[in-house]
Amino acid sequence: MRYDLQIIASWIEPGSHVLDLGCGNGALLKYLIKNKQVTGSGIELKEDKVAACIEKGLSVLQGDINEEVSDYPDQAFDYVILSQTLQQVYEPDTLIRVLMRIGKKGIVSFPNFSHWACRMQLLWTGYAPITKQLPFEWYNTPNIRVITIKDFRKFINEVGLKILNEVAINTHSQDRYGKIIKFLPNIRATYGIFLIGNTSG
Amino acid sequence: MSEYIEHDKDGVSVGIVEKKLFTFAEPPDEMVLENGAKLSPVTIAYETYGALNSDKSNVVLILHALSGDSHAAGYYNDVDEKPGWWDIMVGPGKGIDTNKYFVVCSNILGSCMGSTGPCSTNPKTVQPYALDFPVVTIGDMVAAQKKLMDHLGIKKILCVVGGSIGGMQVLEWTVRHPDMVVSAIPLATTTKHSALAIAFNEVARQAIMADPNWNNGNYYYGPKPNLGLAVARMIGHITYLSDESMRLKFGRRLQDKSDFSFNFDADFQVESYLRYQGKKFVDRFDANSFLYITKASDYYDMEKLYGQGSAVKAFSKAKAKFMVVSFTSDWLYPTYQSKAMVKAMKKNGLDVSFCEIEAEWGHDAFLIPNERLTALMRGFLERVCREQYK
Repeated sequence: MRYDLQIIASWIEPGSHVLDLGCGNGALLKYLIKNKQVTGSGIELKEDKVAACIEKGLSVLQGDINEEVSDYPDQAFDYVILSQTLQQVYEPDTLIRVLMRIGKKGIVSFPNFSHWACRMQLLWTGYAPITKQLPFEWYNTPNIRVITIKDFRKFINEVGLKILNEVAINTHSQDRYGKIIKFLPNIRATYGIFLIGNTSG
Repeated sequence: MSEYIEHDKDGVSVGIVEKKLFTFAEPPDEMVLENGAKLSPVTIAYETYGALNSDKSNVVLILHALSGDSHAAGYYNDVDEKPGWWDIMVGPGKGIDTNKYFVVCSNILGSCMGSTGPCSTNPKTVQPYALDFPVVTIGDMVAAQKKLMDHLGIKKILCVVGGSIGGMQVLEWTVRHPDMVVSAIPLATTTKHSALAIAFNEVARQAIMADPNWNNGNYYYGPKPNLGLAVARMIGHITYLSDESMRLKFGRRLQDKSDFSFNFDADFQVESYLRYQGKKFVDRFDANSFLYITKASDYYDMEKLYGQGSAVKAFSKAKAKFMVVSFTSDWLYPTYQSKAMVKAMKKNGLDVSFCEIEAEWGHDAFLIPNERLTALMRGFLERVCREQYK
């Protein structure tokens, strides 16, 4: 399983009820059900991935996360997970608000755009950065939002939510291994992972 | 639906099966129908495949569509030309694995395939019921299936599964007997017919009723309204296909000729196909049954029946885990109708999976071999089977 998903899994209380937005082939959900006895479901846009999840015995529905999230009752989940998808969302503030309506806690991970490799490319070549984490040209990238770890902290504060935990990581080898970055994370980390909650709660 | 039925390409089959009959509501008992009418006695044809396990927790109930019957899988004898209508899905190691599950397929009330319907004998007159047969509903069909389950000693159903009108019965089961249904798979179906679906059904019914042989439904001792029923079936087939599937299957190709005949024979392949399907259908189906079953499907409105018009309220009664499946090219029950029921299920916090399968074969896609659908069924059934012990 991807290293960022391993971190996310470590934050989840056993036996909780989770929703995984953009769950892909269901690796995280499957892991959580097996190792943390969670109940939960996922939302995924692509038919082949949805089918792969259902075949594995997961409860997953096909649809656009931006539309699908709004149907759930308030506080329906203990955790709502949005892993490496925020950078592809057209209205991140709306989505985060809905996320915190339907979930008690939210877990959000995204590629850190202020990693030194991005900075150097922009500074020295003058071209929009292309990295292992964001491997697209500006004209064909699904990653329409450029987010840095510092930006995300600011954003969470501005939308009136609270950061309950955060970890910055650097990953290697097909993202399965990695390490936690404590010193200068906004420059040195490839991904940021945040556990967020409502300020009232 | 029968034109798709073929022998399993790997020769896998449940083998020889037997149609069974179950009769209830025998005098002085009566079955009281949704419209208040009474029916007695009532017979339901059914078949079973696989073995019931010791705690009776492996029951899969298959509910068929308009022209289906209890014969979902296997053969009646060694020389049987065709297996049951869903033999691609039901059998050893198949999507609905008869090595694991005890599969029951029940014919619907009002049908002409062994269950009590308009062509059955009315004990009061010793004549076929014809139009004296009461107008039955999807709810009545499910009520009869419930009696069959009671008769078989089944208190919990692991999964109810069905497509089209069978899917309506699936939905009805989940709200009528929520404590009995562990999981449900409504395929290519809807909580209520659209005006488009009702319109097609009405044109088909009019075709039957306009046939002089129909004779107000009293044709059982004379010539049958075969022309009307054939046209009704032709209309049905148009709705089961799609623009895309017809383009691929027929295009504008001509049937056994290189030029137009300049008369009204079947020139185009699509004409020839529809005529053939219509003709074949009259040999096995009763025109009055067609009227009754299509009417039952038009009347069905789960939202009105169980939620005062609200799908969310209607599904608040359900407890089952759902897997909803639609097909991209289905214009009879388009995906938006499946999505609407998924939305209502989610609002109730129900466990629901949903997949829209890319398929060019229109509404009938669920009857055609489809590895994706088979894999979905297998995965979903295995999960709900495993989770029921938690």
